Amino acid sequence: MMPRWVLPIVAALSLGISISAHAATIQITMENLVISPAEATAKVGDIVELINKDIFAHTATARNGDFDVAMPPKKTVTYILKKAGTIDYYCRFHPNMKATLNVAP
Amino acid sequence: MFVRLSAAIAAVSLLSGVAFAQGAKPTDPQIAHIAYTAGVLDINAAKQAQSKASNKDVKAFADDMVRDHEAVNKQALDLVKKLKVTPEDNDTSKTLSKNAADKLAELGKLSGAAYDKAYVANEVAYHKAVNSALETLLIPSASNAELKSLLQTGLKIFQGHQQHAEHVAAELK
Repeated sequence: MMPRWVLPIVAALSLGISISAHAATIQITMENLVISPAEATAKVGDIVELINKDIFAHTATARNGDFDVAMPPKKTVTYILKKAGTIDYYCRFHPNMKATLNVAP
Repeated sequence: MFVRLSAAIAAVSLLSGVAFAQGAKPTDPQIAHIAYTAGVLDINAAKQAQSKASNKDVKAFADDMVRDHEAVNKQALDLVKKLKVTPEDNDTSKTLSKNAADKLAELGKLSGAAYDKAYVANEVAYHKAVNSALETLLIPSASNAELKSLLQTGLKIFQGHQQHAEHVAAELK
């Protein structure tokens, strides 16, 4: 008989595989203090590539608290979307920089 | 209100009027010096705020000022090195430094909410003055394209700072 803990691990692994097989990569760029695209669409499990082309540090911060990702100057960071919803996000350091991410389940 | 207005007028006239009243156009080495100095002065003010401010939005604003102005100034230093330009001290830089030192001493005597308000009000006035000088004098006078472009980036970010400061000032009321 299979130990009780094996099942969740197997389930998680197969889930992980199915997510990575379908995961898309969405690019969001912050350049010259503007976020583009202003509105993007993605799915839970997708990878968001956050590209900071500025000499300034930025953040991608969800107004609803779903995420708060630090974006060092001239660097690209990645974030995997965990929750569905229409998420308005902005840069905490430069609140004029705003955009929306539509995350489908 | 009166203090803020007079500070703004003093700052604007000091940047736009006094030093270049003879109609002399600043040279690139002078522009680089003025822009760099203006950044350093705002960093000094922000460092004072980091230790003195009590309101969390004011503290966060001060952190933003240090981070952004240091980034612009680092870029400016890299650029003057690349262009082999030696920034040249001038009357505008001197007046800016003198006024900022006076302001720092004045703010140093305040504390609590009174300090927070005075610091933010001065940030609004200071960014307004610097932005106006950038727009009307420094950017049009810059002859090197890379210097001009860096000043334009500066203007864009400092306009954001001005709005941010205005927002924080309104919240403090």
